[in-house]
Amino acid sequence: MRGLQILIDGFAISSLYGLGAVGFTLMFGVCGVLNLAHGGIMLIAALLGWWVAADYGAGPYGGAVVGILAGLIASYVTYFVVVRPIQRSRAIPRTEEELFLLTGTLLWGVMIQVGMDYLFSNNPVTMQPLVPGVINILGVRTPQNELLIAATCWIAIGLLSLLVNKTQIGKQLLAASINPRGLTLLGFELSRIYLIVWTIYGLLTGLAGVLLASFFGISSDNAGNLTASAFTIVILGGLGSVPGSLLAAYVVGYAETITAYLINPTLRPIPALLILVLVLYIRPRGLLGRR
Amino acid sequence: MALFRRRILWVAVLLIVGASAPGWLGAYFLGVFTTAYYFGVFAMSWDLLFGFAGEVNFGPTFMIGVGAYAAGLMNNAGYSIPICLVAGTAAAVVSGLALALPALRLRGPYFGLITLVAVLLLLDLIVIFASVTGGEIGMMVPDVLSISATVNYYYAFGFLVISAVILYGLSRSSLGLILQATGQDRIEAAALGFNVTKHKLAAFCVSAFFSGLAGGMVTFYGGLASVDTVVSLAITVQIVIAVVFGGRRTILGAILGSIFLILAGELLRPIGQLNTFVVSAIALAVIIFFPDGALGWVLRPRDPT
Repeated sequence: MRGLQILIDGFAISSLYGLGAVGFTLMFGVCGVLNLAHGGIMLIAALLGWWVAADYGAGPYGGAVVGILAGLIASYVTYFVVVRPIQRSRAIPRTEEELFLLTGTLLWGVMIQVGMDYLFSNNPVTMQPLVPGVINILGVRTPQNELLIAATCWIAIGLLSLLVNKTQIGKQLLAASINPRGLTLLGFELSRIYLIVWTIYGLLTGLAGVLLASFFGISSDNAGNLTASAFTIVILGGLGSVPGSLLAAYVVGYAETITAYLINPTLRPIPALLILVLVLYIRPRGLLGRR
Repeated sequence: MALFRRRILWVAVLLIVGASAPGWLGAYFLGVFTTAYYFGVFAMSWDLLFGFAGEVNFGPTFMIGVGAYAAGLMNNAGYSIPICLVAGTAAAVVSGLALALPALRLRGPYFGLITLVAVLLLLDLIVIFASVTGGEIGMMVPDVLSISATVNYYYAFGFLVISAVILYGLSRSSLGLILQATGQDRIEAAALGFNVTKHKLAAFCVSAFFSGLAGGMVTFYGGLASVDTVVSLAITVQIVIAVVFGGRRTILGAILGSIFLILAGELLRPIGQLNTFVVSAIALAVIIFFPDGALGWVLRPRDPT
């Protein structure tokens, strides 16, 4: 029984982790930006969604839509206010751009966290379940909401993979991740492609934030940990590799769930961190990393 | 030469102002500056890795925390403060080495993440072994450096000045130059025959030494080692802010940044939680508009190196 419970809970948690990390890895793969304000964007989506759903009676679905839009807007603001000025600055040498992007987005993430803390306090909030009720799977009582969340994650990831593999835009994104200069020479505007990536990123991350609020609940104190989890998963899977991130999300999700159920809930984050350290020492490019 | 004299003059003025501060500052502000000075050491030792070696080390609080907790545990076991400080520093250097030896094989974001993970693991360990470490509440230590604000101020000031002289000297030595070359073009530096890994390791040790010692000093200044004062990621963020604001790759800028940060934190206290927001926003504006930081911006026009 417990085995099945771990299997189901671990699947839902891992799917959510996968969705949270996929945008992060796409952003690095195509734009070369490691967005350390990632958790902050999830936070904005989750808190605004919750606020609209609870205080304005928009219901869970209205809240979810508002939350995703908020994530999108937060993503655009991150791009135009923080990332683009750093990329365009003449005073910053190209070789140090990465350092500046890391510190810039880190500071931006702190600003988001503190701002949200000020507006909504740091009390944990939980969004109403998208669907109420409990279903019995072979004797394990599982909230239907949990299944819906896992399914939504996979639908979103599936749509992303369709977009990347089957459409013209997706091919441009792939090309930009492989050889941006070549793409420019072929007459494509890189900044337009970057904007598309930030749009996709905002939608995915906003959705992940909303689902997270509905599954676990969220508090403004979590922003840093959310970024750290996404960072961990993405590095474990191999920077820029979407299948790698999904695989890593499952490794981390199941490692945490198994520890929480079988050993001790307080030790929950530790095995995943140890796995990460081990993988980085043996195989620094991550599980499915290219370079 | 004129430039050199001018800079010496400025440093002398700052030294005199700093040394005479207890004469004209109240006990409250002495306390604020004491904190800022210890913070300055954290920031300087971080700058050695970030500014010079170009490594984004998200784990300065790993070394600071190990130093602070090791010193605190020794003190609780009945040893005197100097022995505890030595032990804490040694523990910080050893753990820094244990982290650096494998981690320096990694580059850029991978290095950053592994140092971040070290901090997260340390945080978890402190909470798990709460019976020894006091968990999230913190660990009291029986001894303190002094109960007089003036004496504490001089301890911090002296420590800051000595650390600054050593770190600045190192940064101007061949070690600093080679680190800088490595940070800018690792392959070329290696091709010129420098043992890149050895130099980075040396920088890591020096950084760990000062971080650990400062961590121990802070513990005996406040009589408490706690997650919030020496390990939390919020401290890392503040160190980053202090260095980028003051000007990375200047060592001395880190001191200015720390004083700015701590003073701003105090002066902005009336606006409550938002003070972190304002300080972060200022730091963000600085890195976008003046990527060389305050000191770098002041020095740049006159010093075209």
